[in-house]
Amino acid sequence: MNETGKVSSVRRRTLLLGGLGLAGTCGFLNQALAAEHNAPLGTWPAGISGNTAFLGITTPLTGPYAADGQDHQLGYELAIAEINAGSPLVQKWGLKGKGVLGKTLRYKIADSQTKPNVAVQAQTGFIQQDKAIMITGCVSSATAVALEELAQRDKVLNMVGASGSNDTTGKNCQRYAFRSQPSAYMACRALAPVVAKALGKNLKAAYLVPDYTYGHSVFDSFSRFAKEHGWTIATQQVVPLGTSDFSSALLNIANSDAQVFVNVAFGADAVTSTKQADQFGVLKKMKMIVPNISSFQAKETGPELMAGVYGTFDFWWGLEDRYPLAKDFVQAFVKKNKYHPRWGAHIGYLQTLVWAVSVERAKSFYPPDVIKVLEASKSDPYETSLGKVWYRAEDHQLVRPVPVVVGKAASAMKNPDDFYDVVEVVPGDQVMSPPDAFGCHLGPYT
Amino acid sequence: MPSLALLLSQAFNGLALGTLLALVSSGLTIILGTLGVLNFAHGSLLMVGCYVALVVLNATGSWLLALVSVLVFMFVAGVLIERVIMRLFYQRPPEDQILVTFGIGIVVVETMRALFGSQTQHMAVPPWGEGVTRIGFLIYPTYRLELIGIIAFTLLVQYVVLYRTSLGLVVRAGIENAAMTGILGINVPRTFLLVFGFGVVAAGVAGMLYGPILSVTPDSGEVYLVQAFVVIVIGGLGSFPGAVLGGLIAGEIMSITSAFNSAYSEVMLYAVMALVLVVRPQGLFGTEGRV
Repeated sequence: MNETGKVSSVRRRTLLLGGLGLAGTCGFLNQALAAEHNAPLGTWPAGISGNTAFLGITTPLTGPYAADGQDHQLGYELAIAEINAGSPLVQKWGLKGKGVLGKTLRYKIADSQTKPNVAVQAQTGFIQQDKAIMITGCVSSATAVALEELAQRDKVLNMVGASGSNDTTGKNCQRYAFRSQPSAYMACRALAPVVAKALGKNLKAAYLVPDYTYGHSVFDSFSRFAKEHGWTIATQQVVPLGTSDFSSALLNIANSDAQVFVNVAFGADAVTSTKQADQFGVLKKMKMIVPNISSFQAKETGPELMAGVYGTFDFWWGLEDRYPLAKDFVQAFVKKNKYHPRWGAHIGYLQTLVWAVSVERAKSFYPPDVIKVLEASKSDPYETSLGKVWYRAEDHQLVRPVPVVVGKAASAMKNPDDFYDVVEVVPGDQVMSPPDAFGCHLGPYT
Repeated sequence: MPSLALLLSQAFNGLALGTLLALVSSGLTIILGTLGVLNFAHGSLLMVGCYVALVVLNATGSWLLALVSVLVFMFVAGVLIERVIMRLFYQRPPEDQILVTFGIGIVVVETMRALFGSQTQHMAVPPWGEGVTRIGFLIYPTYRLELIGIIAFTLLVQYVVLYRTSLGLVVRAGIENAAMTGILGINVPRTFLLVFGFGVVAAGVAGMLYGPILSVTPDSGEVYLVQAFVVIVIGGLGSFPGAVLGGLIAGEIMSITSAFNSAYSEVMLYAVMALVLVVRPQGLFGTEGRV
């Protein structure tokens, strides 16, 4: 009896387990079949018909943002190599096996020349000829919003590259685009209290602003949050992107009664303007703040000009002390490229891996399925080099911590890339804008 | 409304900016005026001068040695480009000349990128140009003040060579009528070779002097090519005095406009260029029907 009872118990358990397994399998098959029965959309399923999936990458390898662009490229290349190899490093992000859903990733990289039209032309080629299943990469908000529109029109997922403008996840947001970098709003909201504490309240600030969506976004956001600490605007000097001589603008800044110089210029423009600001005596007269510091700014100007300068990054390699996956990323990058990654590389790396994890969670490359996974990530956050992060469903902005840094004196540097101290890492949910603050209306899924 | 002090400061800055633009434009206009070739590689050659100076400065720290190296390197580079490529294009249509110089520019930029990378290289202000100088109410970078004098001297040397020497006489005769000058027994091709080398040297020297101010990257010269082109259109295509006056006008326009609104400084420059083209299509010092 006892023996029979045991047998019955085992059989019942086996039956239950078997039933559950069968139900799960059926569910998976149903999902797979449902996916298979979706009408073709964008490059799906043509882009995944073989045993590979193609990624179209654009990054500025020439022009004022070329240095950031090359770093950006190396981040993508590292992520794709690790994914295809199925390395233990990417398993920690949640990927299984080699490739994505068993498909090897192929990619091409085009030089966007820091020009939106060139980037759109290149990505259009990747979509039409190579059937790119995902497009990504840029170091300019002007390029970012242009690629977002392309992605929405052609129904190809776009994991946005480096872009700080509020418009990217604001009035130019798209259902098919997801941005990981902090918006200008987030960066400035994180930075303003830190600099007000360090430099004082009720100060006058002079702004140097590049004349495009990124520059205006950063100016609007920083001046808004600085105002909460009594800071006023002494002068706002708007200059075209790619300006070679800032003397006229700097003369106006030097002649203002500002105590703080907020340099919004980016890339090579940031380096030139910082160098020229020093020559005009601005840096001796005023404390400089760079709300969004370019990847190699301290290296290119020399640490002496950036010592004591406050700003924010998408990522600084010093975060390896806080996040285990950041340490893995930094070590792998240094091993491959012989220098510490900057944030351009980090965006390429993180965006590629988050996309790959989302595809595996969706068990499909079908874009609307992947989008829905990304939009639902608040309930199942991604484990990343920035800790646990998720995309906000309403505007596709990544909710992630914002590191605030300050430049180190050359004498305090412990290695050739040790330019900054991380002063504070502000949690993402403390700096997010209201979802409708910048007029985001996401487009349709299909 | 900006204060009088700021307006005067910007007017002075316009003078300084103008001399820099005049120097950058001089090499472009010498080659255009003499050989009839619009050298689209001018911006990239400017950066070559900058990188040559940077390498020598990093190795020796001597500005004098850097200057000598730039003069020699750029002249040899100019001679090679003229002998190997440009000579084949003098009789070809202007669009061919533009395409080939554009191509030379791309090759030069990518060679520099392969050698030095895309990151901005740091070229320090020379020890004799460090700091700021106070002139009454005006506080101005010492190096830029010194540059006004250095550039004025450099432009004067160019003027003397072009207008007060026998070489200059041959050059100007060649501009007027190359065939007739050749019939007189003058070696016009050799003169043209020297002129091309001279123009490339002018670009290189401008690059070297500009190095401590600008962002030293392989493609930084692109901006200067565009600005230099605007300057010579205002001053008169191929006219050396036109390049000087055009540079000064351009500098003043950009600087004075900035006193009111810096966002419109380049817009105003292009607006003035358009105005000049409407009122005096050959430019201020240009001769109608010639280039």
